[in-house]
Amino acid sequence: MTFQQIGDDILGTLRAPGRAYLTALGAILIVLAWGIYGLAHQIQVGLGAAGYQPPVLWAIYITNFVFWVGIAHSGTLISAVLFLFRARWRTSVARAAEAMTVFAVMTAGLFPIIHLGRPWYFYWLFPYPNERGLWVNFRSPLIWDVFAITTYLTVSALFLYLGLVPDLATARDRIRDWRRPVYRALALGWRGTDRQWRHFHSLYGLFAALATPLVVSVHSVVSWDFAMSILPGWHSTIFAPYFVAGAIFSGLAMVITLLVPMRALLHLEAYITLHHFENLAKLIIPTSLIVSYAYATEFFVAWYSGNTFELGTFVDRATGAYAPFFWTMVFCNCVVPLSLFWKRVRTSLRALFVISILINIGMWLERFVIIVSSLAHSFDPAEWVGVYRPTWVEVAITAGSFAWFFLFFLLFVRNVPSISMSEMKEMSGPASGIPNPDGEAREKRP
Amino acid sequence: MSQTHLLGIFDAGAKAAAAAGTLRVDRLGTVTVYSPTLDRDVDAALGPGRSPVRVFTLVGGILGCVLGFALPIYTVLDWPLITGGKPLISIPPFVVIAFELTILLAALMTVIGFLLASGLPRLRSHAPYDPRFSQDRWGVLVACAPERADAARQRLAQAGAEEVRHGNV
Repeated sequence: MTFQQIGDDILGTLRAPGRAYLTALGAILIVLAWGIYGLAHQIQVGLGAAGYQPPVLWAIYITNFVFWVGIAHSGTLISAVLFLFRARWRTSVARAAEAMTVFAVMTAGLFPIIHLGRPWYFYWLFPYPNERGLWVNFRSPLIWDVFAITTYLTVSALFLYLGLVPDLATARDRIRDWRRPVYRALALGWRGTDRQWRHFHSLYGLFAALATPLVVSVHSVVSWDFAMSILPGWHSTIFAPYFVAGAIFSGLAMVITLLVPMRALLHLEAYITLHHFENLAKLIIPTSLIVSYAYATEFFVAWYSGNTFELGTFVDRATGAYAPFFWTMVFCNCVVPLSLFWKRVRTSLRALFVISILINIGMWLERFVIIVSSLAHSFDPAEWVGVYRPTWVEVAITAGSFAWFFLFFLLFVRNVPSISMSEMKEMSGPASGIPNPDGEAREKRP
Repeated sequence: MSQTHLLGIFDAGAKAAAAAGTLRVDRLGTVTVYSPTLDRDVDAALGPGRSPVRVFTLVGGILGCVLGFALPIYTVLDWPLITGGKPLISIPPFVVIAFELTILLAALMTVIGFLLASGLPRLRSHAPYDPRFSQDRWGVLVACAPERADAARQRLAQAGAEEVRHGNV
């Protein structure tokens, strides 16, 4: 694979979009408009438009928040952790995964604000000198969240953008349409000098090292939103590793969900091969097993601790009003991924696409079950009445959040090289003509 | 003193690296190599060069850590309010803030260090350049005294340059 061919193929994805792309974009905009309408309605009439009823005062919005933060994690895992481990196969999928991370965090960040009674005061979450003389409570996990999510969004956006700079320079040098001035500005005047490459290499390694602890820390902090409370079903030391594993698990599934259509739409079959999908599927297996183990541990500890409140919550989770969601979750997250032990399943795109969607559903339900079923079965039996049901406003905003995420991703793949050309060239060797999109040829070199 | 710029264009990194290495050893001028990707051969030819970016990262990390503890401690002393029966200065929860700010400021300082060290952003530059350098060609730019231009041109041609351009800047 020559450098010229890599450039032609990947920059070719930035051509004018076809009918399938525009149809998808149109459908997404309609759903997004519905979500915005739902949000506008909620802002107008108040948070009562959501289906909250005591004691369930955290529900779908917080479910969505945790879900989207989780989706973000595999992007950092692939771009940073696999970079540090020199897993060169990541090159074909890292850019798309990094973009997914940024868009997922952007989506996640909306939900705590949507969930606020007066969302226009969201800036009260930040510590700044003010006329009220008040500061935020730094002992609150919700403030830790603000710092964790802000840091994660900033670091992942910078990681994505700075990694793009050499490719933006290539786009600047080759693309001749209205986007050229934009590429020129965003490329910052990059010319690929030895000095720039040396500092770029240092920058990329340092960013990977800085992003790696975020893979572990961000979802740990999110899990502490729950674990720091005393609510049965939430108050558990297992939450941080359990949430991190779940986050990577769901994020890997979302990468597959996005890559399968992206590969077909942009004709990137030569770059994103079955080998990449198989490797992603292999990563899903251990994360699924960790999540399954965490589910089992939660039940075991609830029984072994002798804490009747804890046990009551877990028995209710498996047999109560929300049991169908719980068992669907178990099926999607624990049973379905076991099929990936078979190579034939791991190398079937159709099977992987279906499995990835089932895992996405399962992981969304996991967050829903943790949040809603625990709140609905608190200490006071008098509160164990009624079943939380989301209103159309919550459904619209949730659907709108998916549209918001997919909108950014669609715009991204048509305007920015969705595979790193410079890394792909580096991996292919110096104009060697080695066809190694899997990165295997280079790995065998001393 | 005016300098002559010679730009050799190569179709392989190894050739560009060889040219850059020869020019460097013979001390014929200041050598800059353009490449479409990070090229280990070029790195090796130009000799060891340490990037100062990591120093910025370290300074940013230390600043972030100090700020991450100082900010919560200052705020709880500025408005003393006991919550949860915990001491005003509760170190364990503040570790989370310090950790996040360590990463955040280290990342921001890394970016600043990279931009300063790489001379970016520079949207307008008069140094010779060819758009093919971001695609599939390597360039070796030599800035030398006019009397050394012929020797430099010879080295570029010997290393296998497809083309050697000449210009005064």
